[in-house]
Amino acid sequence: MGWLGPAEMEALRLSLRVSFWATLITLPLGVFVAYALARWRFPGRQVLNGLVHLPLILPPVVTGYLLLLTFGIQGPLGKPLSELGIVFAFRWTGAALAAGIMAFPLMVRAIRLSIEAVDPKLEQAGATLGASRLLVFGTVTLPMILPGVIAGAILAFAKAMGEFGATITFVSNIPGQTQTLPSAVYAFLQVPGGEAAATRLVIISIVIAMSALFLSEYVGRRVARRVAGS
Amino acid sequence: MSLSVQLQHQLPGMALNLDFDAPSGVTVLFGRSGSGKTTVVNAVAGLLRPTAGRVVVDDWVLFDTDQGIWLPPHRRRLGYIFQEGRLFPHLTVRQNLNYGRWFAPRGAQRESPDRVIEMLGIGHLLGRRPAMLSGGEKQRVAIGRALLACPRLILADEPLAALDDARKAEILPYFERLRDEVSVPILYVTHSAAEVARLATSVVALQDGRVVRHGPASDVLADPSVAPAGVRAVGAVLQVRVAAHHDDGLSELNAGGAQLFLPRIPHRIGEELRIRIPAQEVILSNKPPEGLSALNVLSGEVDAIRAGEGPGAIVSVRTPAGIVLARVTRRSVAALELQQGSTCYTVIKTVALAPQDVGGRVRAP
Repeated sequence: MGWLGPAEMEALRLSLRVSFWATLITLPLGVFVAYALARWRFPGRQVLNGLVHLPLILPPVVTGYLLLLTFGIQGPLGKPLSELGIVFAFRWTGAALAAGIMAFPLMVRAIRLSIEAVDPKLEQAGATLGASRLLVFGTVTLPMILPGVIAGAILAFAKAMGEFGATITFVSNIPGQTQTLPSAVYAFLQVPGGEAAATRLVIISIVIAMSALFLSEYVGRRVARRVAGS
Repeated sequence: MSLSVQLQHQLPGMALNLDFDAPSGVTVLFGRSGSGKTTVVNAVAGLLRPTAGRVVVDDWVLFDTDQGIWLPPHRRRLGYIFQEGRLFPHLTVRQNLNYGRWFAPRGAQRESPDRVIEMLGIGHLLGRRPAMLSGGEKQRVAIGRALLACPRLILADEPLAALDDARKAEILPYFERLRDEVSVPILYVTHSAAEVARLATSVVALQDGRVVRHGPASDVLADPSVAPAGVRAVGAVLQVRVAAHHDDGLSELNAGGAQLFLPRIPHRIGEELRIRIPAQEVILSNKPPEGLSALNVLSGEVDAIRAGEGPGAIVSVRTPAGIVLARVTRRSVAALELQQGSTCYTVIKTVALAPQDVGGRVRAP
C-alpha cells in the first residue's frame, strides 16, 4: 500500500478497526434480537422491531445527534459511562458505536430471515430428545442459521466501513481519532489538491465493499451447503 | 410399566376430554384425522399445554394441573418419533443417533448403540447426512434416535403415514421388533387398521376428542362404528402359526387347527403371527362351497349380525381359527337365512390376504 499517504493509511486502519469492533460487539446482540423477533410473541415486540429499524429510516445526521445527546460527556448515558472510564464522545469508540447502531438493522434482518427459515419442529424434536432451550439453540438453531449470521456480519461490516453521517455528527472528523474512510474522503474533497487522495480512498472503499459482498455470498453458500447436508 | 392419561383441552371446533390407562407394550391411539390423536401425543410430550389433565408414566408425573406440575419437554425422558422424521439436517446419521444420548441422565438405563444400529439395519448409513437418505431410511434413523435417548416412553405419531406402501412394509417390522425386544412402552398414533392389527397390544379408539372404545386390537377392529375409515377398515385379527411354504408360491398357516393359504410370506416355519382379514374380502355360504377357486374356507357358527345404516351388514362367524368378520349385504343375510347360531362357511380369497396385514409374533399383553 505504498501509494497511500500516511493520513490515508491512518483512515483506512481506523475504519477497519472501527468496523471490526462494531460488528463483533453487536453480533451476539443481533442474534438475540433476531431470535426474539422471529420466535417470541411478547408485548412490545413491534416497538422493538421499530427501534431496531429506526437507524435505517432516520436521516443519519439525526441518529448521530441523538447519540451525541445520549452518549455525550453530559448525556444521560454518557456521563455515568465516562465515570466508569468508558468514553464515546470524539473517540474511535464513539465511531464504532455509531457504525454498530447504523449497521444493526441490516444485521438483524439477515439473521432473522435465516431463523424464520428454520422449521420450529426441528427445535421441538431437540426438546423431546432432552435438550433444554439453550442447548437446542446451540445445537440445532445456531448451526442451521450460520449462513445467515455470517452474511449478516459481513453486511454489517461493509455498512460500518461506509458509515458517514451519524459518525461525523457524533464524533466529528478528527484525523487519527475519528476520521474514518468516508470522513477522510470528505475532508480531502474540502481542500485544494485533495482529489487524488480522495480518489485512492474511493477505490479502496469500492474494493472493500465489493469483496465483502462476494465473500458473504461465497461463505453463505458454502455453509448453506454444509448445513443442508449435501 | 404403565401409562395413565387424563386430558381436557379445547381445540378449534372440538373439545378434547379423555381418560385412559395403557398397559405395557404398544398402545395404539386409533381414529380418523381430526379426532385429537396428535393433540394427545403432543400433550404427553409437553409440546402442547392442555387446559387440564394429568399424565403419569409409572410413578413419574409428567404433568398434573391439580398439583401444578408441568415438566418441560426436555425433562420428560421421551422418545418421540415424528411423522416426518425430523432428523437434524446439519448432523450426520451418527450424530443424529447420538443427539438424545448427550442429554440423557447419567444413571439412565441405556440401550447399546451397536444393538440398536444392528436392529434397525442402519450401520452403513452412519456417515451420511439426512438429505442423502431415502424416506424409509430416515424413519429408521428417527426410531434409533428416539430409542437411544434412553426414554421411559416412546411416542410415535403416524410414523408411516408419509411413506408409500413398500416403505411401510419396510418399517413396520422394526416397530414389531421394538415392541418385542425393547421394554419401553410405546404410544403409537395411526389411522391405519393394518398397523393396529400388527402392532397393538391394546387400542384406544378416539372419535371427536373422546375415547369410544378401549381394548385388545381384535375387539376394537371388529367394531365398524369405531373404524376410522368406515366399514372398509373392519376386519378380524387371527393368531396363526406358519405351517409350511409350498413350491407354488403359497404359504400355509395353521389357525387354530384350520388351514389358511396366502401368497408367500418371509416368516419362518413355526413362527407365531397375527393376520388381519378385512371383512369386505370374506364371502359367506350356507352350504360347503364346491367348485370355487378360493382356497380358504373356514366353517363356523354365526355369532352376531350387525346391520349398518346402508345396504350392508357385518356378520361375525365363530370358526376354529377365531372370529371371522364378513361384510355382506342385508339381502344376502336374508337369502342365506342367516341368524345367530346358524352354520355357515366363510370363504377368503387367497390373494386378498395382503402382506402388510401379516405381522410378526405378538407378546401376550
